[in-house]
Amino acid sequence: MSDTALPKAPPREMIWGFTGAQSVAFVLMLATLMVAPFVAYPVFLMQVMCFAIFAMGANLLMGYTGLLSLGQAAYFGMGAYVGGYAVQTLHLTPEAGVALGTLTGAAIGAVFGWLAIRRQTIYFAMITLALAQFVNFFAVQDTGFTGGENGMQNIPRGQVAGIISLHSDLHLYVFALVVFLIAFLFVHRVVHSPFGQVVKAIRENENRAISLGYKPAQYKWIVFTIAAGLAGLAGALNALVTHIVTLTDVGNATSGIVVLMVLVGGIGTIYGPLIGAAIIIAMQYYLASFSDWVTVIQGVIFIACVLLFRRGIIGELAAKLKFAL
Amino acid sequence: MTISRRTLIGSAATGAAMASLPMGRARAAGGKSIKIAVISDFSGPYRDDGGPTSVACVEQAVADFGATQKGYNVTVLKGDHQNKPDVGTALARQFYDQGVDLVIDVPNTAVAIAINGVAHDKNRAFIDSGAAGSSLTDKFCNAQSIHWTYDTYMLAQSTGGAMVKAGGKSWFFVTANYAFGHLLHDQTAAVVKSHGGTVVGNVNYPFPQTTDFSSFLIQAESSGAQVLGLANAGADTVNSIKQAHQFGLTKKMKIAGLLVFINDVHGMGLDIAQDLILTESFYWNLNDRTRAFTKRVLPRTPNNYPCMDQAGCYSGTLHFLKTVHAMNNMAAVKNGAELVAAMKKMPTDDDAFGKAYIREDGRFMCTAYLFKVKKPGESKIPWDYYTLLASTPANKAYMPMSEETACKLIKT
Repeated sequence: MSDTALPKAPPREMIWGFTGAQSVAFVLMLATLMVAPFVAYPVFLMQVMCFAIFAMGANLLMGYTGLLSLGQAAYFGMGAYVGGYAVQTLHLTPEAGVALGTLTGAAIGAVFGWLAIRRQTIYFAMITLALAQFVNFFAVQDTGFTGGENGMQNIPRGQVAGIISLHSDLHLYVFALVVFLIAFLFVHRVVHSPFGQVVKAIRENENRAISLGYKPAQYKWIVFTIAAGLAGLAGALNALVTHIVTLTDVGNATSGIVVLMVLVGGIGTIYGPLIGAAIIIAMQYYLASFSDWVTVIQGVIFIACVLLFRRGIIGELAAKLKFAL
Repeated sequence: MTISRRTLIGSAATGAAMASLPMGRARAAGGKSIKIAVISDFSGPYRDDGGPTSVACVEQAVADFGATQKGYNVTVLKGDHQNKPDVGTALARQFYDQGVDLVIDVPNTAVAIAINGVAHDKNRAFIDSGAAGSSLTDKFCNAQSIHWTYDTYMLAQSTGGAMVKAGGKSWFFVTANYAFGHLLHDQTAAVVKSHGGTVVGNVNYPFPQTTDFSSFLIQAESSGAQVLGLANAGADTVNSIKQAHQFGLTKKMKIAGLLVFINDVHGMGLDIAQDLILTESFYWNLNDRTRAFTKRVLPRTPNNYPCMDQAGCYSGTLHFLKTVHAMNNMAAVKNGAELVAAMKKMPTDDDAFGKAYIREDGRFMCTAYLFKVKKPGESKIPWDYYTLLASTPANKAYMPMSEETACKLIKT
């Protein structure tokens, strides 16, 4: 995957870490997202953006650091519960709720990550899965806070800074778009920063990174925490969009979905998670009438993706066009 | 910065991939177009009690109302909530945004409470027929929602009360672990205690993923209670009663199926279901009018007779259409609160439930019937399953509005 993630030699003319191709793609993405709510169902688009943020975090871990986590839903779900609780019960503003959700995700991620990074490969994945099960168990049990099987229902969208009501879908869309863009630029910055270079070096050859004087454990821990924070952010935003947080949000299926999004979109690419999220959420929305078959169809797509285009949609596209996206 | 041809193509492809997602928002058509969405369980444990037969009943109501003759263009849509509140809210939100005037059915109290909130938020009408939770007209009541057919309070009063009076003094509950199960358990336990009985124990099982009830049934057996109270519904009830039979539990304990539909009895077979005491507010073979309704609707659902939930979808849709016609103002129909207020003012009358009315808090007031399931030899014709034991008038069956209730609509 290394040749898809990195251009052979970093081009000189870059705006804010963007290569020429990436900046054109960014402008196109921005234009699409601005026109989209007038063409498509805004709630659907907002969910795509929420899951894109979630997948960008997972991609930082999987694509750029080489760590496969199977428990990302724990941070997504807890971010959603805390964000929802802050807005519903504490009557905080939505931006405060989203910030609290992010902090919650990051805090839990910092603790869980500290434990998990001690092991590698499948052991790492199993530890993240086990820790996520704890969180899932908590969500099922605690009917007072999480609402158990009923979920946390009727979460209000509130007013930004106490002034602008997010009740209309269009207002919330703008809010979600701003949050998404901040997250996107943040991830882009992280990937292209010196920090990001070290992380990629660790992915390629951990021993060599150690020999150069870097401490991989610290870098992995920070990336894990960032990914969990992004998951919390996505969860809290999703709670505002859908008005509800349920066990689905903290369940194993959600952890699996986000991995699928990253793989379908293109692991280790900047635009992959967005495309992956758009495809998977579109399937959930437009194939909903097939109910249980949705998961079967998702499975088939996953197999097709792994067998036919291992680098994902954006990964294959970038490889064809010979530049990084 | 130089932009090569290749860069442009690549970026354009990315943009096209994002723009070409299958989407499109249906616009609300003008004139006398009415859209009704049946949100129900089409694949899970409540499929037979709601699902396709609910859709058939709604379509029957549209036909009986004479929509086309009266100049209405009624579209009936359907959505599967998969017993997940998040899926249900997303569906309801999407339907209302597409200009749907009424969402109906919604078995599963947790999903119903969630959609109840969406209806309020969007100010559109919502009739719940399938869910049992009495909190819909209590803690969660609002001006846009009507709770049709039945509720947990009425089931507890009717079935619970009858069982205790018949001598079942000590109870053990097996409860579906979500809003509905808890309400049904709490309210039945209250009835049991008020009649001098005792509750020995309770076990909550995960919903909807449980199909093996053996460990819960063994707990019930070892408790030594006289009555096994099943605070669940649909396929769960069928499974737990069948398994209780296999364990020989029925010889030691009486089973109180607190919510059993005729479709569940059909699923179990009379061998297993015989002598079960249950409550429904509609039975197809109750009187001439219910028989006439059933005869009309059966061609649409030949293998599944309507139960009270599905009959409620018929009754609710018919009353909704009558009200829309009486209001004669399509703009007011789009205002959920106004529409529902008009529905509450007008008394209801249909073949399924006879004459009834909707209370201020959104509670549909119909009679509750206590039935006993027939023995295999007593059943003469297909689906001839019930013997009527008693009937409770609406004002006794449902939670009184004056006390206990937390409904904001009636505080003033």
